[in-house]
Amino acid sequence: MNTVEVQLRALMIESLAGNERAYRMLLQESGKRLRAYYSRRLVDAAMADDLVQETLLAIHTRRGTYDPERPFTAWLHAIARYKLIDFLRSRRQRRTVSFEETPEEALVFEEGDPLAQLDLAQILETVSPRTRELIRAVKIEGRSVAEVATVSGLSESAIKVAMHRALARLSKKFGRDVS
Amino acid sequence: MSGLPVKTSDLIDRLAADLKPEPRNRLPRLIALGALGGAAVSGLVVGSLWGIRPDMAAALRTPPFWIKEFFVLGLAAVGFLAVLSLARPAGKAGRPAFLAVAIASGLGALAVLQLASAPPELWKRLVMGKTSAVCPWLIMLLAIPVMLGLTWAMRRMAPTRLRAAGAMAGLTAGALSALIYSVSCDESAMPFVFVWYGGAIAAMAIVGALMGPRLLRW
Repeated sequence: MNTVEVQLRALMIESLAGNERAYRMLLQESGKRLRAYYSRRLVDAAMADDLVQETLLAIHTRRGTYDPERPFTAWLHAIARYKLIDFLRSRRQRRTVSFEETPEEALVFEEGDPLAQLDLAQILETVSPRTRELIRAVKIEGRSVAEVATVSGLSESAIKVAMHRALARLSKKFGRDVS
Repeated sequence: MSGLPVKTSDLIDRLAADLKPEPRNRLPRLIALGALGGAAVSGLVVGSLWGIRPDMAAALRTPPFWIKEFFVLGLAAVGFLAVLSLARPAGKAGRPAFLAVAIASGLGALAVLQLASAPPELWKRLVMGKTSAVCPWLIMLLAIPVMLGLTWAMRRMAPTRLRAAGAMAGLTAGALSALIYSVSCDESAMPFVFVWYGGAIAAMAIVGALMGPRLLRW
C-alpha cells in the first residue's frame, strides 16, 4: 500500500473521531488531488475549481459513508468520479450552455455516456499508434478520408480497411458501437 | 501555502470548523431507522384496517406459513444488506442480489412442486387464491412508506450506482411491506405467494430502479 494512502487514511480516521487539525490537512490534500483530477478532465479551470469545492462539500456532509476498513483514496476517487459524471450529465441536459463554457470533450461527442468520453483516450491506447492517428483524424477531428490519404500517403481504401478493422475490434472488446 | 485557490481554502476553513465526531455505525443505523420507521407506518395501517388474520394461532403450526415468512424476511434481509453496501461510494451488491435470486428461485421450485403434486382442477385456486386481485396492490401501497424512509436515509449517504441502489431499496421496501401484509393475509399456497408476493416485490424493485437516479441523486 502506498504512503499517500496510509497518510490520508490515518488522517481520515482521526477526522472521523473529531480531530480538526487532521481534518484540515485531509481536506487540503484531498483538494489538491481533486484539483489535479478535474483539471486533467475539464478544460475550463474555473469549472474544475467549482467541482473541487462541490466535492469537498460532499466529502464533508457524507464523511460517514467512509468505511475505515477500506482504502481512503478509493472512496475519494469514487466520489470525485460520481461528481464529474453528474456534472457532465447535468450540463448535457441544460441546452443553454455557451460555446466557450463547454468542455472540449463535450464538443467532440454530442451523445452517449459521459464515461465514453473520459475513457476514449484509454480505449484508443489499445490500438497501434498509426491506427490511433487515423481514427483520431477521421472520427474525432472529422477530417475526410481523402484528406487523410493525401497527408499520410496511404490509399483511401487502406485507411478505410484499417479503421474498420480497428473499430470492429474495439467495439467487440468494449461491448459497444464505437463507430 | 496549500496550493489551492483562496475560495477553496476558505471553504476548507469553514468545513474544518464545522467538524463533529462521526458516530460509528451511523450508516447502518440510519438505514435501519428509515426502513423501520416506514415499516411502522405500514404496520399501523395494516393493524388498524385489517388486524391479524383470525386463524393466526393455527397458521403458526403449519409449514407453509413459515415458508412464506422466511421468503419475505429473507428478501428483506438481503435487500437491507444490498442497500447498506450500495449506500457507500463505489459500493456493489453482487452477493445480496444473487442471494435474492436464489431465495426467489427456491420458492419458485416449491411452487412448481406443489402444483405438480396437485390435481389440475386445483391449479387455478393455488395460483389465484381468493385475494389475488388486491394482494399485490396492497403490498405495493404498503411499500411506499418504507420506500420513503429508505430514500430519506439514502439521500444522506453517497450511493454512486443510483439505479442499483434504487432497485435494492425497492426490493427491501417490497419485502418488508409483504412481511407486514402477511400478518393479516391468510393465503399460504406456494404458487400464490410466489406469483403475487414475489410479483409485488419485484415490481417495487423495478419502480426503485426507475426512480433511483432521480430520487437518490446528490
